[in-house]
Amino acid sequence: MTFLDYAPAPESTAILTLKPSYGLFIGGEFVAGRGSPFQTISPATEVPIAEIASANAEDVDDAVKAARLAYETTWSRLSGADRGKYLFRIARLVQERARELAVAESLDNGKPIKESRDVDIPLVAAWFFYYAGWADKIDHAGLGANPRALGVAAQVIPWNFPLLMLAWKIAPALAAGNTVVLKPAETTPLTALLFAEILQQADLPAGVVNIVTGAGSTGELLVNHPDVNKVAFTGSTAVGRAIARSTAGTGKKLTLELGGKAANIVFDDAPMEQAIEGIVNGIFFNQGHVCCAGSRLLVQENVHDEVVERLKLRLSTLRVGDPLDKNTDVGAINSRAQLNRIRELSTVGEDEGATRWSPECVLPEKGFWFAPTIFTSVSTSHRIAREEVFGPVLSILTFRTPAEAVAKANNTPYGLSAGIWSDKGSKVLGVADQLRAGVVWINCFNQFDPASPFGGYKESGYGREGGRHGLAAYLQAADTNSVATITQIKKAQSK
Amino acid sequence: MTTFEEPAVIVTPPHTLAPAQRALALIGGDLTEKSLRLHLEGLSGVDAVGLEARASALGTRSIKNASKVRALDTIIGLIDLTTLEGADTPGKVRSLVAKALAPDAADPTTPRVAAVCVYGDMVSEAVRALGSSHAVGSDSAGLNGAVNVAAVATAFPSGRASLAVKVADTAEAVVAGANEIDMVIDRGAFLSGRYGLVFDQIVAVKEACRRADGSHAHLKVILETGELTTYDNVRRASWLAILAGGDFIKTSTGKVAPAATLPVTLLMLQVVREWHRLTGERIGVKPAGGIRTSKDAIKYLVAVAETVGEEWLTPQLFRFGASSLLNDVLLQRQKLSTGHYSGADYVTMD
Amino acid sequence: MTRLAVTKTYKLYIGGKFPRSESGHVYEILDSNGAFLANAAKASRKDARDAVVAARAAVSGWSAASGYNRGQVLYRIAELLEGRRAQFISEIQHSEGVSEAAASGQVDAAIDVWVWYAGWADKYVQVAGNGNPVTGPYFNISTPEATGVVAILAPQGSSLLGLVSVIAPALVSGNTVVVVASALAPLSAISLGEVLATSDVPGGVVNVLTGLAAEIAPWLASHGDVNALDLAGGEELDWIELQQLAAETLKRVRPPEPGIAAPTIERITFFTETKTVWHPKAMI
Repeated sequence: MTFLDYAPAPESTAILTLKPSYGLFIGGEFVAGRGSPFQTISPATEVPIAEIASANAEDVDDAVKAARLAYETTWSRLSGADRGKYLFRIARLVQERARELAVAESLDNGKPIKESRDVDIPLVAAWFFYYAGWADKIDHAGLGANPRALGVAAQVIPWNFPLLMLAWKIAPALAAGNTVVLKPAETTPLTALLFAEILQQADLPAGVVNIVTGAGSTGELLVNHPDVNKVAFTGSTAVGRAIARSTAGTGKKLTLELGGKAANIVFDDAPMEQAIEGIVNGIFFNQGHVCCAGSRLLVQENVHDEVVERLKLRLSTLRVGDPLDKNTDVGAINSRAQLNRIRELSTVGEDEGATRWSPECVLPEKGFWFAPTIFTSVSTSHRIAREEVFGPVLSILTFRTPAEAVAKANNTPYGLSAGIWSDKGSKVLGVADQLRAGVVWINCFNQFDPASPFGGYKESGYGREGGRHGLAAYLQAADTNSVATITQIKKAQSK
Repeated sequence: MTTFEEPAVIVTPPHTLAPAQRALALIGGDLTEKSLRLHLEGLSGVDAVGLEARASALGTRSIKNASKVRALDTIIGLIDLTTLEGADTPGKVRSLVAKALAPDAADPTTPRVAAVCVYGDMVSEAVRALGSSHAVGSDSAGLNGAVNVAAVATAFPSGRASLAVKVADTAEAVVAGANEIDMVIDRGAFLSGRYGLVFDQIVAVKEACRRADGSHAHLKVILETGELTTYDNVRRASWLAILAGGDFIKTSTGKVAPAATLPVTLLMLQVVREWHRLTGERIGVKPAGGIRTSKDAIKYLVAVAETVGEEWLTPQLFRFGASSLLNDVLLQRQKLSTGHYSGADYVTMD
Repeated sequence: MTRLAVTKTYKLYIGGKFPRSESGHVYEILDSNGAFLANAAKASRKDARDAVVAARAAVSGWSAASGYNRGQVLYRIAELLEGRRAQFISEIQHSEGVSEAAASGQVDAAIDVWVWYAGWADKYVQVAGNGNPVTGPYFNISTPEATGVVAILAPQGSSLLGLVSVIAPALVSGNTVVVVASALAPLSAISLGEVLATSDVPGGVVNVLTGLAAEIAPWLASHGDVNALDLAGGEELDWIELQQLAAETLKRVRPPEPGIAAPTIERITFFTETKTVWHPKAMI
């Protein structure tokens, strides 16, 4: 045995007490669903974890009614300060149950425990803390004095950061004074249901947050329910497009956080060791199940060979395996369906003539696994350079000048994020200015913070989550004409 | 019996080329102050936040059970057990050597440390105390229980003396039997951009490490990273020290805070890896000062293993410059073998 | 004997030029009493396409200009409008059938709206942007910037003020515009084009199409190179279908707004994208 074969260091699951089955969380209670229940499984072992209720149209209607009732009778009548206190309570409870939530997340999602423990769950608590403080300060959200809540928010979240996406959605919605019906992803409902228990512990008024589980059809019922005022969706561009279509003309305020194909641009004057780390973090963090993943590496041609050589060395030290082992760097792919898509696109990459490489690693027999993979000799026209793989697959392209880097980076219908690596200040700021992407990480990647607005250009969606901008997405101005200051206009209008 | 295997002897001695040749092979052209400066200042920069984040991530590795047993014994075998006090006496040095040879009086399976590290005037006392356990040459520390004697030299810790004094300081220690010389660079010269001067001094000291039979005492070059302050400086100084013929690059004297840190050590390991990638030569790294607990030391082992590879975890290529670390490792080792937490009274003071 | 009037044919304004419609079609503009006023070009889908091409080509220059510069260029338009008051008043009087005082009031208001928006060009970023206090050693800033090409359906009623109230806010941040003028009263829009052509606004920044919005708008709503759609004057159209067409490329869509859009900073920021930039901070 060598030192590097670290002995297994499994996180104990003893801290986690799960029920054999979970109902829907409506009006402050767990209730049976009227659809056919389904199993949520651990993608690392394919072993069932719990049975989950499925919400049908009547269940969704009940949930929206509960949210409407809570909005009208309770939540909209509370002071901002009191709303904030509930959110502070929730933040604290998340911190107190952090280890349990991290274990549940890794079990249900397949992500390494070090990520759920060190990234996801701490950010969940941070998100509630941040927006808790906003609840009594919404006059400063940028919409003028006395902005109003929208009403009932329908929120549909993805499986890549289950509890974190829940926090991104629920915290600002409640701070702004809305009530919520949230649908977690079909493959990762577990932490949302544990979160429902936290809401009971926090004594949050019934109906302020309702959680309905189910497949895509449940989400469709929810966003198209006539009595919701706000729709917030994070997921694929295809579904986002369908939601934009189906909510057209309804007046529902819409926030969409969709796909991406981020360019990670490495210049020859980059801090190279950190750039290599940033490339790895950019695409292999969370198995590449990240909408803002740096999946297109654009390397300046004169350092291409060096970067690829060093990248391969670094990838050889990544540990793929049991998500609950504290030393695991890359966990399981979230579902068989996703695994099939990653496999298919990788095969296409080879067929199109790109060169495929993976480090040697032994993958477990059960469960859904895909070795970290890089493609060299990729052209801008290859599908792996254009389509979102949403997996641990990196496409490497080259450029010669900053202008070419920018042109290649922007040559996509997406525009969520981008990375720039260079030690030259004027160049990184100049390039950042030119990139059509909502988040630009210079000499870093995949950084998230509740105070920092996140969201995309073009087909990556619209609206921002995080910061003051994220709060404004759940508010409307008290009087949309209040900014009109020119009396002559009023006069002209009256004539 | 210890549970770890004997470290393999390294294949390529790192000093097959004379310093000037080694530098020229990499820089090309003439070796001038200007070419040296262009080379060092052309190295890619270090982003402090990214470096520290990577170091911190390496620090979260969880080392359990068999891996931990192996890690603890490895740490002991990599320690330069050190005493560098104005109050050092022959008695103190003899005591240090006794501890080096039998770190845990209650457990003879405990491995020996790699070296004892003392001031130059104490070398002969240390050699005498080690007796037949004193290693021969420079590459045999850790083999068959052999222990090296390392001497700090060159007007340690400040380095503020003439080159003649530094060379004499070094030569005396080598004659007295030091297997290794821990020299300090002239930080003032480095910080004022006189890279050529620093280079020449390292070359001269390296020459002073030559023994009568033509072999060299190993040269560890102390950068005193706490005075260089920036990571870019540490990277340049590491590179400079290697170009000039250093066998090891070492973080600190232990007399300046901060001494060794994980990010600085990681950075130096990255330089060493890069040198190996470009030349095939293996250079050693020695973090010194400030590493007091097994938990911290294990983080360094992880950094070595995941940056340059496990083959670096031998006394020929990695050392801890430490004194109090040893006892903490022994306490942890006792805990692992007995299953109970041990106490300070169950390990010897020195 | 009265002088025989010279009637004017109003052409399109695309890429800084005044082409006839590619289709060769015109339609008659009548005054409020139903008498012939002028012929206007009836834009086709190909004219819409040309307008988008011109608008896209103008984005990089206009959005890269400094806020101070854009502000001055926009202010210059107000100066030019002031100089052409008589023409605009006369056109509004005839096409809307309002009194001279009302027409004059509308021109005054339109000029004041230009001035109000012109002043925002070098300020809205400060008001709508943020320095973000993130947890960690990072410089973090969010700033809005132009979204790109904005297609606008101008209000049908107020021919100058309504038009200005939807064009100006889109221009402030550096967007370029393709506007479909009021079908019944397009004269002010074309005359505004003539003003723009002699101003410092680069060709392609504003493109004016006249004709039937119901024919042109679907091509703009579904166009892959249009970033946003302002349905301001589209309440009489099947605007929900337009919004659905726009959903195919996830355009930012602003619903119809009957009457005259009030001047707000929200009208500026609606057509912007917020970009958040991170950079590490360190002393060592």
